[in-house]
Amino acid sequence: MERKADVVVIGAGPAGLAAGVAAADQGASVLILERDERAGGILRQCIHNGFGLHYFGEELTGPEYAARFIEQAEKRGAGMGRSSASFGAAGQSPATIEILSDTMALSLSPERIVTAVNGRDGEITVRAGAVVLAMGCRERTRGALGIAGTRPAGIYTAGAAQRLVNLEGYLPGRELVILGSGDIGLIMARRMTWEGASVKMVCELMPYSSGLNRNIVQCVRDYDIPLYFSTTVTRVHGRERVEGVTIADVDENRRPIPETERFVSCDTLLLSVGLLPENELTRGAGAEIDPVTGGAVVDERRQTSLPGVFACGNALQVHDLVDHVSREAETAGRYAAEFAASKTLLQSSRGADRLNMGKTRVIGSGGTRYVVPQIISESPSETVDLFFRVGEVFKPARLTVTSGGNIIASRRKRVMTPGEMENITIRTDQINGEINVHTQADAQ
Amino acid sequence: METRTGMEMKTEIKTSPDRKREFVCIVCPVGCSLIIDGEGESPRVSGNQCKRGEVYGKQEYLRPMRMVTSSVAVDGGAQPLCSVKTEREIDKAKIFEAIEAIRSMRVRAPVEIGQTIAQDIAGTGVRLIATTADAGRSHTA
Repeated sequence: MERKADVVVIGAGPAGLAAGVAAADQGASVLILERDERAGGILRQCIHNGFGLHYFGEELTGPEYAARFIEQAEKRGAGMGRSSASFGAAGQSPATIEILSDTMALSLSPERIVTAVNGRDGEITVRAGAVVLAMGCRERTRGALGIAGTRPAGIYTAGAAQRLVNLEGYLPGRELVILGSGDIGLIMARRMTWEGASVKMVCELMPYSSGLNRNIVQCVRDYDIPLYFSTTVTRVHGRERVEGVTIADVDENRRPIPETERFVSCDTLLLSVGLLPENELTRGAGAEIDPVTGGAVVDERRQTSLPGVFACGNALQVHDLVDHVSREAETAGRYAAEFAASKTLLQSSRGADRLNMGKTRVIGSGGTRYVVPQIISESPSETVDLFFRVGEVFKPARLTVTSGGNIIASRRKRVMTPGEMENITIRTDQINGEINVHTQADAQ
Repeated sequence: METRTGMEMKTEIKTSPDRKREFVCIVCPVGCSLIIDGEGESPRVSGNQCKRGEVYGKQEYLRPMRMVTSSVAVDGGAQPLCSVKTEREIDKAKIFEAIEAIRSMRVRAPVEIGQTIAQDIAGTGVRLIATTADAGRSHTA
């Protein structure tokens, strides 16, 4: 089956929904491809509260946050399409947003032809005016860590366990060790405790947690669950089912110290050891990837190195707040619609070159691990927000932004940690050469 | 029930030989170590760097409150479970009683977001409400 849409969005999670709504509001016809049976993405299983304080000014649970955006999409014509022909029927005004569920996007070409497949329509080829990549991210697994030992049942990523408990009603284990103190691991420590399981400990390889302070207090300390820093799991034991793990302290190079190894009995190991942006489509299309973020290199419109292909949400950079995902996706969706409406103009002489050859490179130095966007094009707005993370804890920190060697912004922050995405706003009229976001320790 | 918990808390404070307690402030990423020196209803907070930390420290000392979120079984639903939350925070001491009550609950589809699942969860006087909609099986088949 062949189709066309002004804007094709890959993924109907928080990023895809916000991008789709923003694109539709610019007048674009939007087709969202979603591999799950429903929209909402990972928020569906994040039943805890704490979402939306920035965006909506109130605290919502994940499903409630997603529902707000699904409602916005539905107002613009979206139902969860079981059949691709169910919208824009005769006598109705054409739908501006259509969500195609149970549909897996397989490939993307630089010419913005998306190939997807589902059980109703078979193979679908969509010619897109513009594409928004909003595939989200995946969890790192045991394989990515290379933990030694047996291969028994009872080893889950924290997100998989979260889905089992919150959506499907299964308890994945009774006695747990959690490796990794990212937010999902912390949240699951509380969730499993509430459901009657015993969480024996949370081990964290680093000397600090990458999770939010609130989660450390309310999910772990509240229940007297030990949180061991600079500690890792070195071996899994058990034939059919996990019977225990060996844990060990690590040295300053994060190498396990053999003398500190000890056995902890448990029937389940949960892994909360990092998230990887999902970018098979992005790579396949040939877009430039940032080796640090694992996402595409984008300009301030969230346009990748491929004209008309935009990226946002956790596929672009792993966020800690969905509120930021929504904002970022709105930017991507808006400019995707603009591109789709004006692509003939943009592909003329000034065209693709202008888009590809980003004017100003944005880099990080000192403690700054990465900055998004990585490129500033001819920005139409007066200010640009730069998002970044630091690689270690600074308490306090000095943040300096230079452009062409001149300081254009400087700020002191009481604390900066790798777990919290930072942002700083710069004025575009002050840009005069390469932009550098520098973080260093500040005097007490 | 709610008052009784409050009483228990006060008793605990009065009989505690060491009235000083420490909390990590959760208001912002700084995470100040708060020291609360218990003096009845008006404990002294130190270690905080802002006013919000003082408010948090007092609240956490006098009456810690938490949201409870979980899932209940749905009969006739498109999904096996429907997520729920307490409409506002409840006494921290009541969490497990609330979770226990939620575990035995069933709800019949259709369910709307915000729908009352229980009028008074674990005697806290707080409603339990749905946070996921479920139109029911027939609507999605």
